[in-house]
Amino acid sequence: MLRFRISGIRKSYDGIEVLSGCTVDFAGPGVYALTGPNGCGKSTFLRICAMLEPPDAGEVVYSDDRGALPPSIRLMRRVTLVLPKVGLFNASVLRNAAYGLHLRGIKGREADDRAGHALELAGLARKRNQNALTLSSGEAQRLGIARALVIEPEVLFLDEPTASVDERNTALIEEIIQSLRREGKTIIVITTHDRHQAERLADISIVMKVGEITAQG
Amino acid sequence: MNALSRAFSLITGLDSELAEIIALSLRVSLSALLIATAAGLPLAALIGFRRFQGRSIVISILNSFMGLPPVVVGLVVYLLLSRSGPLGFMALLYTSSAMIIAQSILAFPIVASLSHAAISEVDPVIAQAARTLGATPAQTAMAVIREARYGIMVAVIAAFGRVMAEVGAILMVGGNIAGFTRVMTTTIVMETDKGNFELALALGIILIALSLLINLALHAVQKRGLAGAK
Repeated sequence: MLRFRISGIRKSYDGIEVLSGCTVDFAGPGVYALTGPNGCGKSTFLRICAMLEPPDAGEVVYSDDRGALPPSIRLMRRVTLVLPKVGLFNASVLRNAAYGLHLRGIKGREADDRAGHALELAGLARKRNQNALTLSSGEAQRLGIARALVIEPEVLFLDEPTASVDERNTALIEEIIQSLRREGKTIIVITTHDRHQAERLADISIVMKVGEITAQG
Repeated sequence: MNALSRAFSLITGLDSELAEIIALSLRVSLSALLIATAAGLPLAALIGFRRFQGRSIVISILNSFMGLPPVVVGLVVYLLLSRSGPLGFMALLYTSSAMIIAQSILAFPIVASLSHAAISEVDPVIAQAARTLGATPAQTAMAVIREARYGIMVAVIAAFGRVMAEVGAILMVGGNIAGFTRVMTTTIVMETDKGNFELALALGIILIALSLLINLALHAVQKRGLAGAK
């Protein structure tokens, strides 16, 4: 089972410190909800955890039952992050969903079937042949999640997945997260500025205040 | 008026000389386009994805070379290929290959510069999304290029429009030899000089029709590129 621990993470942009020494242990499956005001460094924290950006100081260590894992594309592919702006490709919904599989050399019927299944989970099965750029913001966010689920990540980062979507889509997205949590195989790290959402979803709640972790549990 | 009606009968009858000239025009320009794209697209990708010293100079040079005067290109290629020039031993002057070389040089900066613009206009979130899903740097670049595909098609079509209509460079290096290096634009120049307006007009009409076609294609591609966006 993949797990990771970050310790003493610091990060500055243009001399302004965004993260000043964060240490958190993501020891096993469950929903970790990271809350805090806008601009407190949640997104940066997530990007560093997902190995998309190196920290200035401190370390991110992934490990499984056999011990610590060195950073590599193979490790990167066991982890994924859904960006708040998602970043959908100018292609059909199905092709978007299948992208992660194509990257891994899985093509054709198998890729379509697995992508189709993820689209069903996200409630987008009927839109599979539509161009992804014509989706509403709520649907786009759900496609972002479907695209991530297709590759069966062991760690799933969701950066403000419900920040710009309506209530119905928020409920749908929370439902997807809950069903993933019940399966009990994935570390799900979600950032939100909605405290109630954090309470609804979190097994472990992490509170951030300007670059620091202030509470955890 | 008489010349115009005879021009139309040349077109409708598809005169064999006319057909030959059109075929050579297309062969030269499409070959040049292929070469320019094969060289221009990788360069566009390189300056789009890599940050290296002199990168902004390369971009500036490409931008200003988009408007290269064809006669200057013709002159340079002429000097290179002429018997006493450095490439004279290849005996390419006054062949269709010389014309393809000249047009490739004209098309290359257009393909490279406009493709680079298309690639750099792709939202950075696309590259990030590709990376989050496990793309290698090469796969990330491919994802961005795929997003820029309509812009790249526009670049290629624009370059095609430029070389099809070009006359100065190919006249200088091709020599306008009947049945050998005579293309639409050079024939128009020569026939007009001689007062043979019907063939010149017939070719002019076809050239305009072609450029209309090219522009329609350009427009269609641009529209398709926007169709996905809200």
